[in-house]
Amino acid sequence: MTADFFLSLAQAISKGLLTGMVYGLMALGLSVIFGVMRVVNFAHGEIMVVGMYLAWMGFEYLQVSPMLSLPVIAAMFFVAGYALQRTVISPFIGRPEHQQFLLLLAIAILLVNACLAIAGPDARGVQMDSQFESYELGPFVFDAVRVHAAVTAVVIAGLLWLFFTRTRTGKSIRAAADNNLGALVVGLDVRQLYAFTFGVGAACVGAAGALMITIIPVTPFLAAEYTLLAFVIVIVGGLGSMTGALAGGLLIGVSEAVAGLLLQPSLKSMVSFGILILVLLLRPQGLFGKSGT
Amino acid sequence: MTGRNTFTRRRLGRASFGGAALAGATLLGAPLPLRQAFAQGAPANLKVGLLLPTSGLQAQIGQACRRGADVANDVFTDMKLPVKLEIVNYDTETKPDVARTQAEKAIDAGCHILVGAFDSGQTIAIAQVCEQRGVPLVVNIAAAPQITEQGYKFVVRNFPTAPMLITGALALHKEIFKVSGKTPKTAVLMSVNDTFGTAMMNGIKALFPKLDMPYELVDTISYDAAAKDLSVEVAKAKATKAELLLPVSRLNDAKLLVQEMVKQRWEPMGVLNPGAPGLYEQDFLKTMGKYGEFMISNVPWLDPKSAMTASLEKRHAAKFPNDQLDLNGGFTFEGILIAAQAWLAAKSTKPGDLMEALRKIKIDQHIMVGGPIQFDSKGQNVNIKATAVENLKRKPTVVMPLEAAAAPLVFPMPAWNDKRRT
Repeated sequence: MTADFFLSLAQAISKGLLTGMVYGLMALGLSVIFGVMRVVNFAHGEIMVVGMYLAWMGFEYLQVSPMLSLPVIAAMFFVAGYALQRTVISPFIGRPEHQQFLLLLAIAILLVNACLAIAGPDARGVQMDSQFESYELGPFVFDAVRVHAAVTAVVIAGLLWLFFTRTRTGKSIRAAADNNLGALVVGLDVRQLYAFTFGVGAACVGAAGALMITIIPVTPFLAAEYTLLAFVIVIVGGLGSMTGALAGGLLIGVSEAVAGLLLQPSLKSMVSFGILILVLLLRPQGLFGKSGT
Repeated sequence: MTGRNTFTRRRLGRASFGGAALAGATLLGAPLPLRQAFAQGAPANLKVGLLLPTSGLQAQIGQACRRGADVANDVFTDMKLPVKLEIVNYDTETKPDVARTQAEKAIDAGCHILVGAFDSGQTIAIAQVCEQRGVPLVVNIAAAPQITEQGYKFVVRNFPTAPMLITGALALHKEIFKVSGKTPKTAVLMSVNDTFGTAMMNGIKALFPKLDMPYELVDTISYDAAAKDLSVEVAKAKATKAELLLPVSRLNDAKLLVQEMVKQRWEPMGVLNPGAPGLYEQDFLKTMGKYGEFMISNVPWLDPKSAMTASLEKRHAAKFPNDQLDLNGGFTFEGILIAAQAWLAAKSTKPGDLMEALRKIKIDQHIMVGGPIQFDSKGQNVNIKATAVENLKRKPTVVMPLEAAAAPLVFPMPAWNDKRRT
């Protein structure tokens, strides 16, 4: 083991952490929605891909950087998520899980095909000067775009935490998630809170999409891959746990980077799924999940 | 009813004469194969099914290929080649299973000959269909050796095999080092893991010890064809401290690769593509800007001294003023040219006759660097030559062999922040 090897390893871990923070933000939306509503959003990756396309369109047609269009996209997704929950998803709450699954799968297929019809099947990416930039810290080199995306993801996750712990609405949502009947008894408008939660979850995913487009180009077919990735992250971290989603994102990001360095890079996804199987065998509720969720 | 019937013997005679005169004029005015076709009652036109990945991951390259075919009939007119082909486009969506379905669809639609399909995996799928249905396939671009090694009777390839590409490229590497006076001691090979990439990777590993190369291959890194991030792969390559990078890439991954090299501040002595696409593509040059300069691709290229190349360049520039003509368009044009010449020789659109003509064909006037187009017993054109094409001033420019060079070689590659990159 040489100093060069350890330097490469440290570099891979730092890169994995940066990517993992964006992964964490993406999975956060899925975890928040499940944690409160007990609805598994199978259209999660598709919603993120729509966010990526919106950021790309903003850049391509209006010359607005994805970082600047992020708040607008998040706001649009909040409104769209809120409306979607009130009009389409709400009637399915309490229905058998397979019905919820089919509904969200149908939404996913609609979104992918809408993207295909509007933007076509080709990869669409943004080309910014920052994509060729990096920061140097001693022997370490950090990719500028990933640093920007990771910092933004951490800020959004922090704001979300503040919302859930410091605001009246956030506390009400947590109360409804902990005890639905109790929330109804004390007079909380649970339907409203559910819609608000779905909006928040969708806003998180939209923001993650705006960040992700600065790292990778988007195609409609990316959606399924990211839905799967988000599921791996939240299952590893613990379904319904915000901390778990963030920690799961970091763990998967780092494991992919390190596996790419130590094994063949094309085998990196194998390690993520290996971790998933191990967690399901040894701690089915996930690393930060509560037993019984 | 009878009152409305205006046909009379006289009128019928006039109509028959008029029709016969029109048919005769058409027959005389038509090119030779058309005359034959009319005379034999065979289909009037040679219908060519062009199968390319015009959507999906390889869409941009597929579209570049198609542009070469789109101007083919105009170039034939310029070159006074008495043919006009009906070219029908089919999109393989960068998927071998779709390529197979589209090949079947093309044959069902009456295509007499197929041309395609840029990618080895998709081409193999099409070749299997052509073999089953007995319809000739002219491979425009695809390097996997098995395409002409499996004893197919209806396949000819006008593109070098992976070993041909590699042997030609590695021979040119020695020339580059000799001319520049700088020889790297180590190299790392990075390759996409699709059919083409795997064939190239295996070919390089097998041929490397036999070619007495001046540098050592310190590592081989493969990555997924649909990779969206090559940061780990580039970090691993950088860690080898190799002085030379040999990328076997496609277009999108070539962009990711260079982007990561710049970000990770990895500055090897050079980036020498041993016969793969990516680095010379228009979209690569456009999106990479100054960072795409001085990359060298060892690939077959258009012969600037050919009159047909001049015509193709003129027609291409007129029809697609914003698009660059490169080897994709060049080889696809040649695929169509081969189909046309086979038709001229066969004087028939029957698959067996066309295939027989393809086996005996010898086309002296064409557009790519190399000898006449002709196929060996396996259906492989062995007369194609490799060139070294360096990206200079946002344009792929022939720098080797010296007798065909359009500009002097720049090697080693200037640093990412060097003033020569503008």
